[in-house]
Amino acid sequence: MTNIDLSTSYLGLDLKNPFIASASPLTGSVESLLHLERAGAAAVVLPSLFEEQIEHEREQFEQLNAYQSDSMAESLSFFPDLERYNTGPEEYLQLIRDAKESLCIPVIASLNGFSSGGWKYYGELMEQAGADALELNIYLVPTDPSVSSSDVERHYRELVLSVREQLRIPLAVKMGPFFSSPATFGSDLVESGAAGLVLFNRFLSPEIDLETLEFVPALQLSQPEELRLALRWIAILRDRIQASIAATGGVHSGLDAAKALLVGADAVMIASTLLKHGIDHLPVMRNELVQWMDENGYFSVEQLKGSMSMDNCSNPEGLKRANYMKALTSYTTKV
Amino acid sequence: MQDKFATLDGNEAVARVAYATNEVIAIYPITPATPMGEFADGWSAAGLPNAWSTIPQVVEMQSEGGAAGALHGSLQAGALTTTFTASQGLLLMLPNMFKIAGELTPSVIHVAARSLATHALSIFGDHSDVMAARTTGYGLLASSSVQEAHDLALVAQAATLRARVPLLHFFDGFRTSHEINKIRLIDPATVEQMIDTDLVLQHRERSLDPDRPVLRGTAQNPDVFFQAREAVNPFYDAMPDILQEEMDRFAELTGRQYKLFDYVGAADAEHVLVMMGSGCGAAEEAVNALNRDGGRVGLLKVRAFRPFDVDRFIDTLPDSVKQIAVLDRTKEPGAVGEPLYQDVVTAVTQAWWSRSVPIPRVIGGRYGLSSKEFTPAMAMAVVRELAAEAPKQHFTIGIHDDVTLQSLAWDEADYDEPEHVTRAVFYGLGSDGTVGANKNTVKILGENTPLHTQGYFVYDSKKAGAVTVSHLRFSPEPIESTYLIRQANFVACHQFNFLQQRDVLEIAAPGATFLLNCPYDAEAVWDHLPEEIQRQIIDKNLQFYVIDAGTIARENELGGRINTVMQTCFFALSGVLPMDEAMQHMQEAVRNTYGKRGPVVVERNLAAIAASTASIQKVTVPDKPSSTVHLLPPVPLDSPDFVQRVTGMMIAGKGDLLPVSALPVDGTFPTGTAQYEKRNIADQIPIWDADLCIECGLCAMVCPHAAIRTKRFDEALLDQAPEAFPVRIAAGGNGLAALTIQVAPEDCTGCGVCVDVCPAKSKEVVKHKAIDMLPKSEHLERERERFGFFDQLPDPDRTTLNTTKVKDAQLMLPLFEYSGACGGCGETPYLKLLSQLFGDRMVVANATGCSSIYGGNLPTTPWSTNAQGRGPAWSNSLFEDNAEFGLGMRLGLDGKRERARALLTQLRDQVDGTLAGAILDSKQRGEAEIQDQRDRIDQLKQRLASLGSQPALELAAIADSLVERSVWIVGGDGWAYDIGYGGLDHVLASGRNVNIIVLDTGVYSNTGGQASKATPRAATAKFAADGRNVHRKDLGAMAVAYGSVYVAQIAMGANPAQTLRAVQEAESYDGPSLLLAYSHCIAHGIDMSTAMTHQRDLVRSGFWPLYRYDPRDAHAGEHPFHLDSRKPSKPFKEVAMQEARFAMLARSKPERARELMELAQKDIDDTWHYYQQLAGVERDNPDLQQTDV
Repeated sequence: MTNIDLSTSYLGLDLKNPFIASASPLTGSVESLLHLERAGAAAVVLPSLFEEQIEHEREQFEQLNAYQSDSMAESLSFFPDLERYNTGPEEYLQLIRDAKESLCIPVIASLNGFSSGGWKYYGELMEQAGADALELNIYLVPTDPSVSSSDVERHYRELVLSVREQLRIPLAVKMGPFFSSPATFGSDLVESGAAGLVLFNRFLSPEIDLETLEFVPALQLSQPEELRLALRWIAILRDRIQASIAATGGVHSGLDAAKALLVGADAVMIASTLLKHGIDHLPVMRNELVQWMDENGYFSVEQLKGSMSMDNCSNPEGLKRANYMKALTSYTTKV
Repeated sequence: MQDKFATLDGNEAVARVAYATNEVIAIYPITPATPMGEFADGWSAAGLPNAWSTIPQVVEMQSEGGAAGALHGSLQAGALTTTFTASQGLLLMLPNMFKIAGELTPSVIHVAARSLATHALSIFGDHSDVMAARTTGYGLLASSSVQEAHDLALVAQAATLRARVPLLHFFDGFRTSHEINKIRLIDPATVEQMIDTDLVLQHRERSLDPDRPVLRGTAQNPDVFFQAREAVNPFYDAMPDILQEEMDRFAELTGRQYKLFDYVGAADAEHVLVMMGSGCGAAEEAVNALNRDGGRVGLLKVRAFRPFDVDRFIDTLPDSVKQIAVLDRTKEPGAVGEPLYQDVVTAVTQAWWSRSVPIPRVIGGRYGLSSKEFTPAMAMAVVRELAAEAPKQHFTIGIHDDVTLQSLAWDEADYDEPEHVTRAVFYGLGSDGTVGANKNTVKILGENTPLHTQGYFVYDSKKAGAVTVSHLRFSPEPIESTYLIRQANFVACHQFNFLQQRDVLEIAAPGATFLLNCPYDAEAVWDHLPEEIQRQIIDKNLQFYVIDAGTIARENELGGRINTVMQTCFFALSGVLPMDEAMQHMQEAVRNTYGKRGPVVVERNLAAIAASTASIQKVTVPDKPSSTVHLLPPVPLDSPDFVQRVTGMMIAGKGDLLPVSALPVDGTFPTGTAQYEKRNIADQIPIWDADLCIECGLCAMVCPHAAIRTKRFDEALLDQAPEAFPVRIAAGGNGLAALTIQVAPEDCTGCGVCVDVCPAKSKEVVKHKAIDMLPKSEHLERERERFGFFDQLPDPDRTTLNTTKVKDAQLMLPLFEYSGACGGCGETPYLKLLSQLFGDRMVVANATGCSSIYGGNLPTTPWSTNAQGRGPAWSNSLFEDNAEFGLGMRLGLDGKRERARALLTQLRDQVDGTLAGAILDSKQRGEAEIQDQRDRIDQLKQRLASLGSQPALELAAIADSLVERSVWIVGGDGWAYDIGYGGLDHVLASGRNVNIIVLDTGVYSNTGGQASKATPRAATAKFAADGRNVHRKDLGAMAVAYGSVYVAQIAMGANPAQTLRAVQEAESYDGPSLLLAYSHCIAHGIDMSTAMTHQRDLVRSGFWPLYRYDPRDAHAGEHPFHLDSRKPSKPFKEVAMQEARFAMLARSKPERARELMELAQKDIDDTWHYYQQLAGVERDNPDLQQTDV
């Protein structure tokens, strides 16, 4: 194998290559994390801790404790003492601690907050547990028509700012594509304190059960073509922000990784393809990237990164084109 | 060493000591002793060591009889062993207690003393249970307060080890077991010093050990038994001294001195009360008050009732005594007097043999049965009686006996509680957190301030919408007022609608503070108050405040839990602590309680505290009442006489005022009374959309309270219907073309189960179903009118219905309605179904448990009657004997029927041979044939009347027994799988025609969710806090093994048609039938509104396979085992995690949860495999050839 330097830097963390295992069931146990490390993952993002879930569960246990308790003389409660039940983040924090103890590669925690206090509270707990960085998995469904897009964006910015003030470890924000001006908003997030952006968050869209006529949760793995959305916006953002960028959603091969790096990503996040093909697909992807770089005369990832950003690419109009397939043809020479 | 204080209840106070000083603890749930077992099990599961640094083994047995057996065995093997019990439980221990005492085995049984069931069951406190144990040879030691119970538990343990005489340590059920009081804790060093290691070793040396074998438990003959029995005498002779020495040693270590008999009051008293237990608290207050007014009165508290030390007793009495009144908290009908009275008379007589002064006069009386209040004023009345010239012998106090005139009169105004005691009373709902908040308040003040605190809580007998009344006292002095608050200086009403239902201000002292939670502000509230409330506010000059706690709780996302808000208001208004100090303690308590539940819950509660103080408003009270609204009558004014006179008083909370003559002499009550108790506890009720309905009948079938009804009727009757009465008209109906579904709006609990199971959804708006839950306030008037019309519509002719179909079965009138069961109860729909199908000829034997409580706890019963006055006849015997009780009913009914048949045969020619033949030969299969038989019996009775002979009169009286009676034996899994299993098994083997239905919740629901042998593997339950680690007992398969028993496993929510079929097959089988009915329960930790549909998932997972084993199919070529559910199609874990009982273990011990869940799945797989094989098995039932089935 040719001597190609795959090292890169993400959120100020030195990575031996640009492949990061993103949040998925594969990063949920130390055993599996060790497997990822052996397979060559440069860093891992642990599955998201969902504050809403924790709070819901706590509330449920709280209610359970209270439900019908102290109501009847013969049965003042219905469950063994609930004090000893762990409905909090302890299991998650233990995973961070165990991961830090067992792995040499950076461990990035991921948080999906819900209350303003919760983002800070859980973020701090994760930092204390030893996480090298924190990925904020922000997603609100603004169903209230009186809430404007600028309200939503302001809320996101304030949130990042408040967590930033609380923590010392670097923050990444995993943002969704559904903003009127993703480039502006991405820049705003960086200004608010994000050390990096992860493009783009894939959201769980509910499915309809035709038997019960109810919405049911459904998760689908990403498809390679989804990457193209991220490629465009990474290329656009790359020249506008001084922060790390990771591509996520649809990176299924080494060639996909090459594309992401070309437009300006510092690293790529992978999950679906590993869930489909197994963790041992990671070296295959790595080899594909190396082979492509070798064949095309690149000797380092640093060289590759951003070489096709909007400023650096040869046909930026290709990025701007929104609706039509046919390229614009010029019949004269520019004067 | 400085004393460490704690605020806890009597059960915990005792359990702490028992746990610390024992190695094996055998437990079984029984109110009010259950919490002691729960504490012990919880501590053991958490790995808490005892005084010898070992973790006590806590083992749940199948009954108290079993617990006593295990106690005996463990003691024989040399372990320090204890158990906890009460009432019937103690009775089941009696045989072993004679053995344990006869063998001089040191041990202590702790008893929360409770009434024995006689004319009725009662869970409340008196001494009838411990008095039934007084011949066992156990020493009997009485504690009269939480502190004493804590202390004497240790004294008992120390004394029994020295004396070798086992001790029964008792304290009053509820009054002491459930009272929270601030006590001084015994420190571990004291425990160590009190328990002599040498004595423990001696106990171990006496144990059964193959290295030094002995024989114990021999059978003895007339030659030696008597002498051997007398050989124990020296130990009993020594016992009183030992007990006193241990009390003295305890006093040296703690400063708290107890005596076998303690005397308080005047040293020169002429009048002395003698009593034991919690009543001493009230009596002591009375004695002190009388002496302050110049009286010469005393109280002798009996702590050691057995052995009864005559010398110490006499020495404790003041020499000046002239009159003694002995108060017994038990009744021994037919005796010269109650036990304590008899002992005192004997002791005094013996002592005065050698004295020349006149013997004091001793009178005896009863008080406080079943936790009847005993107040200082009552004690004063007894003292007054002593002074009378001819005092009543064998009086009662606390009731009005207008039959045998034994009761003493008393006047509560004779006694006022001291000024330094703050007395606060709170009215709340079980679900609003009032009691929890008050317990918290008692703890905050008890543990953070020098104040002494006491909390006592009164619950009603309903499971849904239960009302709670909290009685809290705070004082700089220790509080031993063992009675409810009579005059409160703070009254809080946490639910606005109570104001119209009960007189919450009756208890308010003049000048008291009244805090009302209501949606109105200080300006608006006055006009919404009933006149009676307005009048009392004015007359008593109450300081009246309002708070909108509901809104504050909602704004701070605390849901319906208004506890934090109301607690803050109490601190702000009561002045029991300076407000800033109170705020500090409350905030601290919030952080401690909710800290580990994350910042959000803490933030919300802190915000609610802050918002509450700012939102209290003082009401400016007008000069005179102005309201036209009045307190509602407890029952409708057109209710039957008994309901108005008696039931209504109980409903209104004034049952204490009923005289003896108002009550039946033998515990017999009318049925059908729940209909008069309009509880109105739902916020939302189901409203029917006739256009969408598909007439499946499911809503009515699953309704736990029979509050959704269906009727098919002649559409001509619609002429009198209220306007827009919803109805579906069938084309070409046979005269009964109209169908309606109607809610009983005031009886519905709002559980929502009917809406959840409704399969008919609107095509245009999916969330809209054929019934929707809608706000009751908007629909009450109209639905009340509609229900009134519906109720008077005739029921359809039962003989015309196809009762194999759910929709037709639901047209039958339920004769089980409006029970007080939990909203969404999983048991009651089965009982209601039985009552619809067989209710008019049904006799029920009901095991003690939830079903006996919602079925038979006064004031009302859901068992009711049809238009002909027929309906289920119901009785509860005990917990352990229900199968036998039901079999006895069958035997009795058959005996009566056989006599009727014999008489009819004898009179055959006189009454008409054809008619007699038809009656004697009738098979009575189905509704039509039963109706024919009834008609024939009517004819028979007419002819018999004209005969007038003795045999004719006798036959006329029992002719109705010739109509087939349906005997149902009803109970839960605690009964069927555990305590009653022996009897159940015997009845299954009897071959007699009884129907057994097990309402299987998989836990002891009524006592709060303790594990039974029906509890599934991997579930947590009380007494299985670590998760149950064995496969649930397959009771059905065990019964199938008989081959001659009809067995079915059913789950109404999963397959209503299978349930209906199985119930009918079981009833029609002329032999024993066993139905195992899956019943969801709040103890599962589930959403009760969706619990019926959740049953589908449980069946799909294979957790609860549906099957029917019909012995009638057991003949050549047939397979009697019918597996009705499909192969499991869902992983059990997926379904189980929707229930907190399984999910909790995953949260507390994930590793163990994983292991148990894997085993639980294997249980399911294996059981399914086994049942599949059973379904292919051919069997032969030899009984089939003998009987016509």
